[in-house]
Amino acid sequence: MADKDHSLTLSATGLTRKYGNNVAVSDVSLALSKGEIIGLLGPNGAGKSTTMKMITGNLAPTEGSIKVCGIDLIDDPIVAKTKIGYLPEIPPVYKELRVNEYLKLVAKLHKVNSKRLVSAMDIAKERTGLTEMSQRLIGSLSKGFQQRVGIAQAIIHEPEVVILDEPTVGLDPNQIIEIRSLIKELGEDHSVILSTHILPEVEAICDSVQILHKGKVVFDDDIGGLRKFRSGKSIQASFRAPPTKKALEDKLTNAKISLVREGVYRISGLKLEDDPTDAIVQHSVQERWGLFELVGAQASVEEVFVELTTQDV
Amino acid sequence: MIIVIALKELRSMFASPLAWVVLAFVQGFLANVFLKQVDTFMIIQAQLARTPNAPGLTELAIVPMFGAAQMVLLMSIPLLTMRLISEEKRNQTMALLVSAPVSMTQIIVGKFTAMVAFLCLILALIATMSFSLLAGGAIDLGLIAANLLGLLLLGMAFSSIGIFISCLTVHPVVAAVMTLAVFMGFWVIGLAASDPGSWLNWVSISKRFEGFLDGYVSLPDVTFFVVVIALFIFLSIRKLDSERLSA
Repeated sequence: MADKDHSLTLSATGLTRKYGNNVAVSDVSLALSKGEIIGLLGPNGAGKSTTMKMITGNLAPTEGSIKVCGIDLIDDPIVAKTKIGYLPEIPPVYKELRVNEYLKLVAKLHKVNSKRLVSAMDIAKERTGLTEMSQRLIGSLSKGFQQRVGIAQAIIHEPEVVILDEPTVGLDPNQIIEIRSLIKELGEDHSVILSTHILPEVEAICDSVQILHKGKVVFDDDIGGLRKFRSGKSIQASFRAPPTKKALEDKLTNAKISLVREGVYRISGLKLEDDPTDAIVQHSVQERWGLFELVGAQASVEEVFVELTTQDV
Repeated sequence: MIIVIALKELRSMFASPLAWVVLAFVQGFLANVFLKQVDTFMIIQAQLARTPNAPGLTELAIVPMFGAAQMVLLMSIPLLTMRLISEEKRNQTMALLVSAPVSMTQIIVGKFTAMVAFLCLILALIATMSFSLLAGGAIDLGLIAANLLGLLLLGMAFSSIGIFISCLTVHPVVAAVMTLAVFMGFWVIGLAASDPGSWLNWVSISKRFEGFLDGYVSLPDVTFFVVVIALFIFLSIRKLDSERLSA
């Protein structure tokens, strides 16, 4: 990121949103510079969508301020909104319109210069692979294509900040790969905020990550930090003549052992300094357990969530 | 920006069969009333010729049609306004408008403009029918103008009320039923206000409209309609704004 322009395109500080006494989002801060992709990660109901709605002006924050390219979203919403492209959880498409009609409407709503209108539409369609679908009714398109129309809608006015709420939900694996590479491409000259509950997705495309839980930020680091956090936590070992769980526990003190399936154990709760790999191999040879596979498993999303949320936050 | 939203709304209206059905219903019903009135006029024409100061063709054939048009608008406007806001909320497309650099005022006024355009279409159909009588006789153009203005104001007032009610719910059908109930309420007030001195006259939309039917364009009546229109547009804007703040 060091070689990228560091001018902030979006800065949100101390965002809090309350519904009555229920706090949906509490003290979330985001800072985004040009060419950066931030992933908002969290289980359902963590406050990802609420945060995004606040940043896009769909919901007024109870506390906190939002600045888009230095323009205050609350004081000057009309100017600030020209710099934001937003794809909500459900793509906001009018099913009775054709793709072309819809994109033209969106471009006009976002005040795209009428001279640039056609080229802006063409670029947006090309980037999202919709060129062939120009004349189709949106209602007749599949979920994946409707999602693309939603993305096209968010980028047609070349906004500085693109905000995508779960952009890959409901897509098939091929489409997911396409959309991910599209987001990476967008990240080169826009700032992107992405929400998801899929951890590998964040690792694949984001530069940094914030994990939300119950409306609070529980993890805020760049992607390297997340990898470090996840790895070295557990090992998965497969045996041909597996020992009993008890036997394994006797040999490997202060490790947590769980049976994954017949002959496969997951050894977790380890610290980096006492790496048990050597010990496992040694014991296996001595006791003829027939070790044939030893994988350094990464912590799953659930484990990361559990670990982060059981820490004293 | 208002025009962009209004054009989109008209496009959506005519993309569904609803707008066409409403137009067909309005035209079919009013044409029936109109022909019936013209027919009656033909029958009693001889008698009228002998009566001094008798009502003319306009009063006997055209004005009753405008009177019937009031009921037609009362029934069809809820169907047209029901989806304007509620459907945007239901399909989550409201986020598109709210995230765009467009103010709430522009959204509501844009939708209202689309309704006015649709009303003008209905008025054009009615005016065409009225003017067709020019082929066979003289009609009172001033009276027709007053009637058209009255019907337009009535339709605009109904539309703004309908849009406001559409802001209150996410179910178009609920909005339609509520709007119809409110209009019926106004109509009942009109019926109850038989005593010309009663305050009910003052708030009755239909009594206000009757003035226009008689050809009186009075400032209080026009002001009444303008205030109703402005009030409900303002309330709609406030409702959408408050959703952003509290919902």
